[in-house]
Amino acid sequence: MPFSSVDLLQALAAGILVGSAYALMCVGLGIIFGSMNVINFAQGDFLMLGMYAAFYLTAGYGVLAFLGPYGGPIVAAFLAGPIVFALGWLLHRFVVARVTGAGAAQTEGAGAYGQILVTLGISLILQNGGLILFGSTPVGVRTPLSRQSWEIGDVLLNQARVVSFFVAVALAGGMYLFLSHTRLGKGLRAAADNPQAAIYMGIDVDRAHRIAWSLGVGITAVAGGLVATFQTFQPYVGFDFVIVMYAGVVLGGLGSNFGAFWGGLLIGVVQQMSTLILPYQLQNTAIFVVFLLIIFLRPQGMFGRLSERT
Amino acid sequence: MRTRAEASRQRWAILGFALAILVLSFVVLKSAYYQLVLTQVLLWAVLSLGWNLLSGYSGYFSFGHAGFWGLGAYTVALGMLYFDLTPWVSIPFAALVGAVAGAIIGYPTFRLRGHYFALAMLAYPLATLYVFQWLGYQELALPMKRDAPLLYMQFEDQRLYVVLALGLLVAALLISLKVENSRFGMALLAIKQNEPAAEAAGINTWRWKMLALMLSGAIAAIAGGLYGVVLLVVTPETVFGMLVSAQALILALFGGVGSLWGPVIGAMLLVPLAEGLNAELGDVLPGIQGVVYGIAIIMIILWAPEGVYWRVLDRLPRRKPAAAEAPPRPTATVVPLPHERRASTGEPLLVLRDIGISFGGLRALDGIDLAIPEGGLYGIIGPNGAGKTTLFNVINGFLAPDRGAISFAGEPITGLRPNQVCRRGIGRTFQVVRAFPRMTVLENVIVGAFVGAPDDATARQMALAALDRVGLSAQSGAIAGGLTTRELRLMELARALVPHPRLMLLDETLAGLAHDDLNGILTVIRQLRADGITVLIIEHTMGAMVQLVDHFTVLDHGRLIASGRPDDVVRDPSVIEAYLGKKWVDRVAVPAK
Repeated sequence: MPFSSVDLLQALAAGILVGSAYALMCVGLGIIFGSMNVINFAQGDFLMLGMYAAFYLTAGYGVLAFLGPYGGPIVAAFLAGPIVFALGWLLHRFVVARVTGAGAAQTEGAGAYGQILVTLGISLILQNGGLILFGSTPVGVRTPLSRQSWEIGDVLLNQARVVSFFVAVALAGGMYLFLSHTRLGKGLRAAADNPQAAIYMGIDVDRAHRIAWSLGVGITAVAGGLVATFQTFQPYVGFDFVIVMYAGVVLGGLGSNFGAFWGGLLIGVVQQMSTLILPYQLQNTAIFVVFLLIIFLRPQGMFGRLSERT
Repeated sequence: MRTRAEASRQRWAILGFALAILVLSFVVLKSAYYQLVLTQVLLWAVLSLGWNLLSGYSGYFSFGHAGFWGLGAYTVALGMLYFDLTPWVSIPFAALVGAVAGAIIGYPTFRLRGHYFALAMLAYPLATLYVFQWLGYQELALPMKRDAPLLYMQFEDQRLYVVLALGLLVAALLISLKVENSRFGMALLAIKQNEPAAEAAGINTWRWKMLALMLSGAIAAIAGGLYGVVLLVVTPETVFGMLVSAQALILALFGGVGSLWGPVIGAMLLVPLAEGLNAELGDVLPGIQGVVYGIAIIMIILWAPEGVYWRVLDRLPRRKPAAAEAPPRPTATVVPLPHERRASTGEPLLVLRDIGISFGGLRALDGIDLAIPEGGLYGIIGPNGAGKTTLFNVINGFLAPDRGAISFAGEPITGLRPNQVCRRGIGRTFQVVRAFPRMTVLENVIVGAFVGAPDDATARQMALAALDRVGLSAQSGAIAGGLTTRELRLMELARALVPHPRLMLLDETLAGLAHDDLNGILTVIRQLRADGITVLIIEHTMGAMVQLVDHFTVLDHGRLIASGRPDDVVRDPSVIEAYLGKKWVDRVAVPAK
């Protein structure tokens, strides 16, 4: 073998740590995809907004600078959530809702054409607007955590990634409880499974969609804030992640609420493990190979179900 | 399917369009820069048409057409670099590469449907992108051939590129038109509107989808190849990147998806807009051009969610509907086909042996043995969840049984795909009518006729005859989405009937019908029997069933619990217990007939 067992453990640990942030992004996307059945091409750009939100909250004389270099970035990542949530709310209210939900159901392909174009348009605006506002120089959220490691045996664990791991898992767990145990969460799922029936049951589907959309982009923004502590970024960073996110969601599979989380985690692990045997440039190719293998062997995804009535 | 006159009108439109572009290029536009923009407009239109051929017609959205475009560009660039191959040879070769790539990609990916297919397609170009980066083809400049510019397509005059690109576009338009007007296009539309119904009507959905992807890939690769020649530099990001895939679908969706002219309209409007914004604003404030472009797309799509073409078409005054092709016959509602009558031989036509299938822990069918002789009407009854529809799905190939064997007319049919089962002479209808809602009644039935018809004209004749047979000729021009339940049921019957099946599987054909409508359909079903077609029918309307069928089979919990003449079966205690209840026994005790 061209690598030692320590390398293996190291890569596995890194994969799980990075994968947890991916998993959180996927949960965000999964909420939108799952409840609205909309492919949101702008999801990566909301992630980018989350990164910049965290950056401006902490950098220089940002409002959170007083929390210090350790606490500030974490709080900032959390705050990125509500900020992007609010933006998402407005976008849904004035743009997205016009091509999704009840109004679009009658058009051909249930409005899929308009939806794709609108989210592509939003993506263009956010990316290029980001370029105007933030500039093209790569930046990162500065925290000493990203340069320090904890050692467990011979394995080094980057502290920023460990912190992001715990935050991501906690938040994803919270979302799980929210979706499965609260009235609102159940309403979102009902609106997803069968919008028509949900309407008859007195669920306001448009409102459910708005919440799902805003929540989805907000959660992904938090994940962005976390990733920002250990990776530099620029306004076009969303592209790289939109692929990771969709691979994760498809891997997780249709009909599974939390498949997206495991899908995202798996993507992280595959990406990091692949560096053991493949050149660095082929990391993402490895993701796609695993992605295609799973599609080939289990078209319904890891946790999905295939059912169709005739 | 368009009429002949309409297709010829479209060909004239294509010719007119080509002439207009030539005039634009040779007379109006003066600078080489505008010629380059025009060339790009045409090439992007070709890519988008290629995309439309698969995604617009079949509904299988691809987010990965950059894969084909990029393979085309790299085929040309690498061919010239390593083998000194002229683009005159390598561009046609790129089409082959695109088609082969389409076949390789389609094989695994067509297992997916809907959004999942679209997203999986995203993976191919991006995975390839990294491979080309890793191989060291970051920036591939085509070698300059100053000694033989014509041989290597390195024209001094930009207008020659316009001519070449225009040639490709005209070819792509003619191919699209040809596809639209053939059974190929009809099959794709049927797949888009209701894939299981298309499969059950004998359309080999797999084959048509694969062909569409291969043709689509070939067109995209050719355009990509010429694009490489025009720009002279090929990089993985510019040819395999997300933007290329996005462009293919943006142009088509914007212009009008699933239409011949939509992709062209999209390219003519959006490509110059993006270029102009880039040139005018890009230097002033980097990024502003993207913002304006994004806003423009959103504004227009809010106004025309299905694309500019369809929106404008809706606004135009409607042309008079073409005169009905076959004068509706006001006379007989049912026209028997005496020559089709087959003698009942008594040999079993359909034999099921020990059929079993489970879904997880649920045994949906458990050891079913059944022999249906040719000729006659056979009823299958049973409570909800007894496995009736599952039984039909196993017979017609939607589901493969876990164990057991099925034979039809002496030949094994276990494990065949629905379209193959249909070809062997088993037609079916569905519990919930599966129409192609945006096609006319006639087109719905034509889709079913392709199985037996050697050519499309015959298919049309057969479809008209089948509509006549069920008494639906008057509605042949109506859009299926607007029919009543009775008409939908009759249309589905006609679609299943049109290839002259020997066995018909009717799944709750009488469900949800008013009493008056019931009789019309019962007459048609009886006529089927009179014509010698064996009919297997699932039904809940018990009273009608007892009078209609010759033989009853009762299913409960996936098992066959009784079989025999209707009068005997309805008195069978196990049947009463499973399904009918005591009340029914009392009713049957009073002579009903």
